[in-house]
Amino acid sequence: MPANASDSDTRARANLRYFQASNGKGLIDLRELWLFRELVWAFGLRDLKVRYRQTVVGIAWAVVQPLCTVLVFGMLIQWLGGRASDGSTPYVVTALCGLVPWQFFAAAITQSTQSVSINSGLLKKVYFPRIVLPLSSFIPASVDFLIALCILVIVMLSNGILPSWKLVFIPLLALLTVMSAMTFALWLSALNAIYRDVQFAVPFALQLGMIVSPVVYESQAVVPTDWQSLYFLNPLAIVIQLYRCALLDAALPSGLQILISACSMTVVFFLGMLYFRRMERHFADRS
Amino acid sequence: MLTAADTAIHVDAVSKRYTLGALRHGDCGRLSEVMARAPRRLWHNAKQFFRPNSQRDVDSDGRVFWALRDVSFEVRQGEVCGVVGRNGAGKSTLLKILSRITEPTSGRFGLGGRVASLLEVGTGFHQELTGRENILLSGITLGMTRAEVQRRFDEIVDFAGIDRFLDTPVKHYSSGMQVRLGFSVAAHLESEILIIDEVLAVGDVSFQKKCLGKLSDVANSGRTALFVSHNMVAVKSLCQSAILLEDGRLTMKGTPDQVIAAHLASFALPTVSSSARIVNSGGIKQITTCHATDIAGEVQAKFSIDEPMEIRLELDLQPDAEEVSFKVVMHFYFDDGTLAFATASQELSLSAVEIAQHPRCRWTCRIPSKSLNEGQYMIEMLVLSAELQIFGRYPELLRFETHDVKSRQGWYGKWAGVMRPDCRWSVDC
Repeated sequence: MPANASDSDTRARANLRYFQASNGKGLIDLRELWLFRELVWAFGLRDLKVRYRQTVVGIAWAVVQPLCTVLVFGMLIQWLGGRASDGSTPYVVTALCGLVPWQFFAAAITQSTQSVSINSGLLKKVYFPRIVLPLSSFIPASVDFLIALCILVIVMLSNGILPSWKLVFIPLLALLTVMSAMTFALWLSALNAIYRDVQFAVPFALQLGMIVSPVVYESQAVVPTDWQSLYFLNPLAIVIQLYRCALLDAALPSGLQILISACSMTVVFFLGMLYFRRMERHFADRS
Repeated sequence: MLTAADTAIHVDAVSKRYTLGALRHGDCGRLSEVMARAPRRLWHNAKQFFRPNSQRDVDSDGRVFWALRDVSFEVRQGEVCGVVGRNGAGKSTLLKILSRITEPTSGRFGLGGRVASLLEVGTGFHQELTGRENILLSGITLGMTRAEVQRRFDEIVDFAGIDRFLDTPVKHYSSGMQVRLGFSVAAHLESEILIIDEVLAVGDVSFQKKCLGKLSDVANSGRTALFVSHNMVAVKSLCQSAILLEDGRLTMKGTPDQVIAAHLASFALPTVSSSARIVNSGGIKQITTCHATDIAGEVQAKFSIDEPMEIRLELDLQPDAEEVSFKVVMHFYFDDGTLAFATASQELSLSAVEIAQHPRCRWTCRIPSKSLNEGQYMIEMLVLSAELQIFGRYPELLRFETHDVKSRQGWYGKWAGVMRPDCRWSVDC
């Protein structure tokens, strides 16, 4: 009796969860990602531990890098005539305000770009939502960021600058920085899984990015007024400027500039998510 | 509550297509042609960029390879199912699809519970991290929660037997220790379904025994497992059912015995290439046949090491030869290229009259049972004159395989060496 047989088959299969070829559409499945939260942390911790194994100063590298950069640029700018900031605050504080978020941004992007390709061996042996990889690669950079932020506050206090009440916006700003870095990370990690050119282009692009963003200088002091509106089309310029607003009471970028940046970044972020979802099906076969 | 009647794995018409060799860029051609094609290629690449594996592109340019075609089967709750097939038959692809590492091109599959896939030993290990850190990392990577790993931490360390080196970076471990630790983590997974690829091929004897014990625990604990192996002994003793994959298709499902028999029979019979047969020297015209047979004379490609086998050789002599005098030497090479042993026939001397009467001579060389090891052997044949002058040398005249279906002294893996003579042991103490 075939009808009965298929009935009992159906009953026997009632507990199964079915999978099939996905169409590669849709955003990141947040519920599934939540189930894998421990993996994000485990990978992040792994990268963090491995990074400072066999180093002498270890985590102090997180401090050495921004301080050395400030030192070098400080001297360079003084030799060039010293017009990098409006002079109301010491240069070291102004520059650190830009460098701390920028270095998080640069480190997060460099590491996340390679996150999928470096772990391609793992991708071929075990399942997890692939978004775990770029996400977890943010963890070491975030730890460095927190340490550098503490150093920044110490430097401010030792220069006699008390942060204003706007300091409360820092967590929100940090989230904004993470989201902007993630916007790039989604695209770059998926692209680099298939086109390895990306990992060569990224450090170069970041070097240029540091120059066209107000990292080691203040935009008001350096960028001509005619160019300001073009300059602030760079969303990172806005983010860094916002840090100076929160910490040093610098001028806020105009509402329109913020709006343009926010909209464009949101669109690129969601497109990046779609692209990552579309490509992640092929990571195991092609990366 | 799940019962034995329930299905744990249901594979429904699953196919997987791969494209061999990506699209060829920069084909040779005249510059003008390349330029003319440029806009189309740009458009094509742009399309590729967003739809890397779309059907149309593959059909027009790429070569297509179906790793799996229309595979359907079910595994019942609590059953250990063996997957048998030759290299390239699609076994690994099947495991990858069921582990959700790669998606099927078409078809669907259902899983009744949490799946842990052990496609390698030591998944997620990082060489710089210590044993302790790696247990946690690998456990979480394989799908355990942090709490589960911590609860079973002592068991894992005990099983691997590495407690003294727990805080040493894994890079300083011997490869055996790494394997033990890797398997130990995997063995303590608490998922309902296990997907296992050939993990038995590693480790020393005592550890292998532990692994097999652990696997039979899995089989007895009501968990379901899909087990790929080339090791017929292990499949036979661990699995309750088996499937056979051939060229991406499922050709048989049944008991392990049935499936293993079909798998062994599927090996193609080796043939002697025609160019290798012609001798035309020393009064010998050609080798007409050379076969590996059982003692009844049936041609086989696979032999049990417990049965004797024969190499049967037929030579045609040149009918007008005055007299011939020669012997046949066979070199048996093992699959790693080692010369396992050599054997020579007695010398055959025939006068012109005898040759005219019997221009064809047949040699039979019997290889006694319990002398070969499990594996592949290749025969090189030499025809030598009475003065040991070489008339002909035939490097790859014949290949055959030997296999073992019995476990011996609890050992399921490969025995070392190129021979396995049945030595008689006695002890006096």
